[in-house]
Parts: sequence; structure tokens; C-alpha cells
Amino acid sequence: MRYAFFIGCTTPVRALNYELSTRKVAEKLGVELVDVPEFSCCGFPLKALSDERALAIAVNNLAIAEEKGLDVCTVCSACASFLTEANRQFKENKAFRKIAENILKELGRTYSGKVVVKHFARVLYEDVGIEKIRKNIKKPLALNVAVHYGCHYLKPSRIYKKFDDPEAPKTLDELVAVTGAKSVDYGKKKQCCGGGILGINEQIALTLSKEKLDDVKNSKADAMVLICPFCSIMYDVNQRKIESNFETEYRIPVLYYPQLLGLALGLKKEELSFDINRVKVDSLLERLK
Amino acid sequence: MKAISSNKKTELDTTFRSRVIEHLGGENLGACFQCGTCSASCPIQLIDERYNPRKIIRRALLGSKDVLSEDFIWLCVNCYSCYERCPQDVRVTEVINAIKNLAVEDGIVHPSLVKLIEVLKERGTTYEVGKLENQKRERLGLPIIDKKSDDIKKILDKK
Repeated sequence: MRYAFFIGCTTPVRALNYELSTRKVAEKLGVELVDVPEFSCCGFPLKALSDERALAIAVNNLAIAEEKGLDVCTVCSACASFLTEANRQFKENKAFRKIAENILKELGRTYSGKVVVKHFARVLYEDVGIEKIRKNIKKPLALNVAVHYGCHYLKPSRIYKKFDDPEAPKTLDELVAVTGAKSVDYGKKKQCCGGGILGINEQIALTLSKEKLDDVKNSKADAMVLICPFCSIMYDVNQRKIESNFETEYRIPVLYYPQLLGLALGLKKEELSFDINRVKVDSLLERLK
Repeated sequence: MKAISSNKKTELDTTFRSRVIEHLGGENLGACFQCGTCSASCPIQLIDERYNPRKIIRRALLGSKDVLSEDFIWLCVNCYSCYERCPQDVRVTEVINAIKNLAVEDGIVHPSLVKLIEVLKERGTTYEVGKLENQKRERLGLPIIDKKSDDIKKILDKK
């Protein structure tokens, strides 16, 4: 299990806890993540400007991975989705392929279409597997958590070839269950975080997040668990702002899945960087002792 | 009896519909039968009713090119709920993105994109990784990031 680590833009700057916990968990479970400094942004943020150019940026990243003979593992769901979509377009859309090949040529690269793209959670689910994870659990967690899938880990589902069902997803719930934690059901479980329009209309974006936080609060979950840096910016980094804008209170800790899994694998809390989580996780960790 | 006056026609551009269909992502526009599943599935529509994917699609079908200058077309959050549920596989998220691309072609660029393009061309990623960021990374034992990529600049500037 060896992957080019497509770390994306947000994680290495704004989610060092996610990056560190992912690297530690990967190491523990025998997934080798190879750093590739040549990677650029996946292209997704430029989709509104020009889908064609944005997808070409994604294909360029896939070509870089192919040069190194590696498949790609992402930690951001939007990167996973956009790189996968670019791969599909490159293979199925002749007109786009021609455009992308022309652009690659100018950059001195070629691409054959062979690279496989997977989100780290999917690598854990499919490559490592629930059973192997189970064998490595040192400390089952007595916690109730609200799982947030986000959008691009699941959708558009046709590019993921039925990996999971966006209307009734289960992979992340199973990954949570194997840690001993209980995934609680809650109202707006499938709702988007709103991060996609934070820079366009903050009020609507925060309202989307607020609606989910309301339901998570009602579910009495001890924490939220998620797998995308931007979702975490919405629920963790912006939680206090949402509380003040909407005159409410949540104090809901938001954990990255590798942080949760890392605890269950017996990693030290320093190795999982809980001090970076904006909503304090201390009392939660105290309870788990 | 006077014939009904047809002087008050809405300005329609019959080529607009085909411009959308010919654009990457807009291919399935013509399959829409206006059932409204997209709008019913849209989390943005529930918060701000100006954003109504069914109506945006309708305007594209009719050739109402002035939809390009509507502020609300930028409110799509890219959650793909409409895309998943559309019974006609219109791929609504992609059609609306095609409409945004056409707005850009006509010179209507959302201000949030302008700064983003600048940063991405300059360093290849959306966030600056300066000394401070690298100091934090070093403390955690994470590899230093000191490489910029000009690939995006080359790809965006290519004629």
C-alpha cells in the first residue's frame, strides 16, 4: 500500500492536526504516503472559472503521480472528487482528452489514464480493511459521535462506481464503529457544510453549518467526526462565530477521523495534535482515560 | 377585436441554449422536463429562495441569456444533491457550472475568483506557506514546504 500523498491546499496550512494524525495512522497501519512537492492545487477552486482548465490542472497532477508510478491518496474530499472526475473525463471524453494532452505536452508531461485516486478514508476502508483495523485496536472508545460525510467523498456517485451510497452512506459509520465509538443518527446527517460558498455568501454558508450543528447538539453526540479540511473549518474553526452570529451555544468538539482512529490504535494524544482543534477536546480525552 | 399584442417579448437569445449544451458539463441540459427535484433537493434554495436551480435551468432552455448577470448563479455550493437525484440525469451542478463559465467568458467574473486566480498563478496552491507556517510544521515534525509550482500559471495562460 503505497500512495502519492496529495495533501491539497488547505490541510498543510490550516489542518495540521489532520495531516499529522493521517500520517501517524497510515504509518501504524502500513500505508506508505509519499510526499510529492511537485503537486499543485487539484484545480477544483477554478472550476467556476473554466471547467476545462481546472480539469486540465487536475490531469497534470495525475500525470505527475503517474511519472512516479504511484496512485493518489487525498485527505480532502473535494480533491478526491475533482481528481477522480478529471480521470473520468480524460478517459471518456475525447475532446477534453485532446485539450488536456496538448496542455500536458507544453508542460513536458504525458498521461495514460492509469492512476487510481482514493480518499484516505477509502484507502482505510478498502485497502487496509475493517478487519485489519479491528486487529490493531488497542483502546476501544466509549463515545457517541455524529458522523459527517460531507459531499465530495460520496458525490457525484457515478464517478466513484458505487463505492458508497450517497443517500444511505455506511463506510464512515463502519470505520467509526470499529474504533468502539457509536455513530449516532441525527437529522441533517447528509447536509453539506456550506464551505463551498464561504467566500461568496458567508451568511448562507454559516446557516448551512448552523443547521447541522443544531441537529448534532440535539443528538447528544460527544463529538462530530469528519474527513475533509474544509468541512472542519466550517464546524470547528467557525463554530464560535456561528454561536455568536446566531446567539446559541454548541461547544461540540470536531475530530478528524484519523484523530479518532489514532486514539483507538493507542497513539499518544500529542501524536494526534488535539491542541490544534479549535473547540476544546480536553474533557473528551479526560473521559476516555 | 384586436389581436393580442406581442410587443412585450422577453429578450431571448436562441443561441444561448446551444452555447450551454456545447460547453463542458452542459451537455444534458436538453433532457430537463422541469420536475423541480433539483430545487427540492437544494439546501441553498431552502435558505435563500433567489437561488432556484430549476428556474436557472429553465432560463437556459429558453435562451434567457441575462441569467449570466444574475448574482445568484454563484450561490451553488457544489454539493451535488440535485445531480444525484435528477431523474433525467441533467447533471444540474455541472450545467450551472457551465453557466458560470459562460458568464466568465462574457466578462462577468465573481470577485472571489479574481484574488484566487492571482494566488494560484503565483504559487500553485490557494494558501501562502510562509516562515510562520513552516515553523509550526517543523515543531510537529512535518516536512517543510518550500516549493512553488508554476504549472497553474502555464495552464491558465495557455492560449
